[in-house]
Amino acid sequence: MPITESEIIKLKEQAKSIRHDIIDTTVWSGGAHIGGALSMVEIMTILYFKYLNIKPEEPHWEERDRVVLSKGHGGVGYAPVLSARGYFPKDELKEFNHFMSNFGMHLDSLKVKGVDVSTGSLGHGLPMAVGLALGARLQNKSWKTYCILGDGECNEGSVWEAAMSAAHFKVTNLITFVDRNKMMIDGRTEEVMALEPFADKWKAFGFIVKEIDGHDFKALSEAIDYAHSETKAPVLILCNTKKGRGVDFMEDQVKWHYGSIDSDLAAKAHESVNRG
Amino acid sequence: MAKEVTGTTWTVYDANTMTQAEIYGSVLCELGEKYPKIVGLSADLAKSTKIGVFGDKFPDRFFNVGIAEQNMFGVAAGLAKSGLLPFVSTMAAFTAMRGLEQVRTDICYQNLNVKIIATHGGVSFGAAGTTHHCTEDISIMRSIANMTVIVPADGIETACAVRAAVEWPGPVYIRIGRGFEPTYYQSEDYGFRIGKAQTISEGTDITLICCGITVLQAAEAAKMLKEQDGLSVRVLNMHTIKPLDEEAIMKAVLETRRIITFEDHNIFGGLGSAVADVIAKSGKGCAFEKAGIPDCYCVVGYPEDLYCHYGLDCDSIVNKVREVMGRDFEEDESWEDEV
Ligand SMILES: Cc1ncc(C[n+]2csc(CCOP(=O)(O)OP(=O)(O)O)c2C)c(N)n1
Repeated sequence: MPITESEIIKLKEQAKSIRHDIIDTTVWSGGAHIGGALSMVEIMTILYFKYLNIKPEEPHWEERDRVVLSKGHGGVGYAPVLSARGYFPKDELKEFNHFMSNFGMHLDSLKVKGVDVSTGSLGHGLPMAVGLALGARLQNKSWKTYCILGDGECNEGSVWEAAMSAAHFKVTNLITFVDRNKMMIDGRTEEVMALEPFADKWKAFGFIVKEIDGHDFKALSEAIDYAHSETKAPVLILCNTKKGRGVDFMEDQVKWHYGSIDSDLAAKAHESVNRG
Repeated sequence: MAKEVTGTTWTVYDANTMTQAEIYGSVLCELGEKYPKIVGLSADLAKSTKIGVFGDKFPDRFFNVGIAEQNMFGVAAGLAKSGLLPFVSTMAAFTAMRGLEQVRTDICYQNLNVKIIATHGGVSFGAAGTTHHCTEDISIMRSIANMTVIVPADGIETACAVRAAVEWPGPVYIRIGRGFEPTYYQSEDYGFRIGKAQTISEGTDITLICCGITVLQAAEAAKMLKEQDGLSVRVLNMHTIKPLDEEAIMKAVLETRRIITFEDHNIFGGLGSAVADVIAKSGKGCAFEKAGIPDCYCVVGYPEDLYCHYGLDCDSIVNKVREVMGRDFEEDESWEDEV
């Protein structure tokens, strides 16, 4: 169903609120991967607040859609989304990274409600997502699997091994996103290890590629609707994004891949999000 | 100005002393001058592992392969085959597990001269969780033929190990921590030798065999036990797990008859198991305990808290020693009747 203007307004508000929560959680945590958390906010927001068929009060509901955050270091961006969607109270995020907490930087599926798969070592998510999607198909289940990759993560050979198998097995109940923020830890992707022509690589591996602005809800919605309707080949939604999006002093700054912020900086970050 | 702390290593500001990895980076730069065959490799962790400073100094001799560890160890094998001397750095988890087959089959099987400095070993990247912990690497690496395995006590010993590795033939795995592990040694001139345990304190009642972060903790514990309990505690820094200093272990068996091992590693397969092999083979009786991570995935938290939680800090070591000293162990003077 095409997205409406009022839906977009609501999603924008939700995304703003998630960004505030990410900033707070980063302060509580003492340090987290804030840059890549902020770049994927719209992707995670539209999934959790428009598309996913889930029951937060019943996290292990058999018929639920599955999500694999392959860029597992985005945990500080994922946990606030799960909390906002009702999996657990926001207060629990105050324990992020703390001794004996359920929340480490990379979320553990056995400890955090709503997390389907433990990730954090890059290049593991897409293979597991292919397995989930194949499993659903084999058992005649209608649920879908959504996988979110980092662009730097696509240096890993295992990503391409999984891509090859997704196309080969025609896994069309899998919807894959790449958070193309053009940065990794040591610098810009094109300087550290060039990915371009990136869309062509995915096409060569048998994917149908939709390249969009990953912060634009309308574009995201159209791409996801398209992916749902496609039955011949798996779809890759290549989301052009900005690392640190929404916090002016973090935007497109490689040093904010991972960082900690004190309350002064947090106040500035919140202000920046409010200015939107 | 508000305080900014970024980068994946503990604290980038406020560092009075250099971290273990920083010391490694600067030593490698120094060696790079002297040995033109040294080349460096990392996998998008040049900054976090500090091998990046070598890259800044010798950009032509440094390859950041992106987030692709398997490729990195394969490329290192090729560079070594071409006659160069690769130093490779990424986190321990992505070395001993992700890149393992390349390390074993490409590097060790061909007995290539590749030196690996694996950072964030054990649970030193505590809050990151299990994907970034590596409590399996000592076990894995010591079971690979041709591999030399070193777990330095601190930054100074890391410097010694890196220097020694240059002249040491074949593959070497040096496992270090993440950040501000406090130092035990003051300077590099204490006589580090690969394969030779360092006696930190002499003792006759019990021996604590340690590696990595537990060396400093055990050294402190030995002092406390002397003062408070009048115990004579021997502490060995078993920095080289392979080849193992069997002589030092047997001397401890014969002279102290009680041994405890301490390591930031799963209790299966690591230092403790290596020591146990030696004792078992000798046929000599000895009270023995292994302390480490008890075959579980470690809880989340900052490393200092985790070390206390798993009994690897000074106070826990003191308690462990008291427990083992109190144990009813048959102190048979003569081993003539034993096999
Ligand atoms: C196998 C593996 N190697 C290295 C790392 C360390 N690491 C964590 S995040 C990261 C960079 C990720 O870049 P990207 O996928 O582009 O994520 P984003 O920029 O969106 O945060 C690296 C190298 C890891 N987690 N896993």
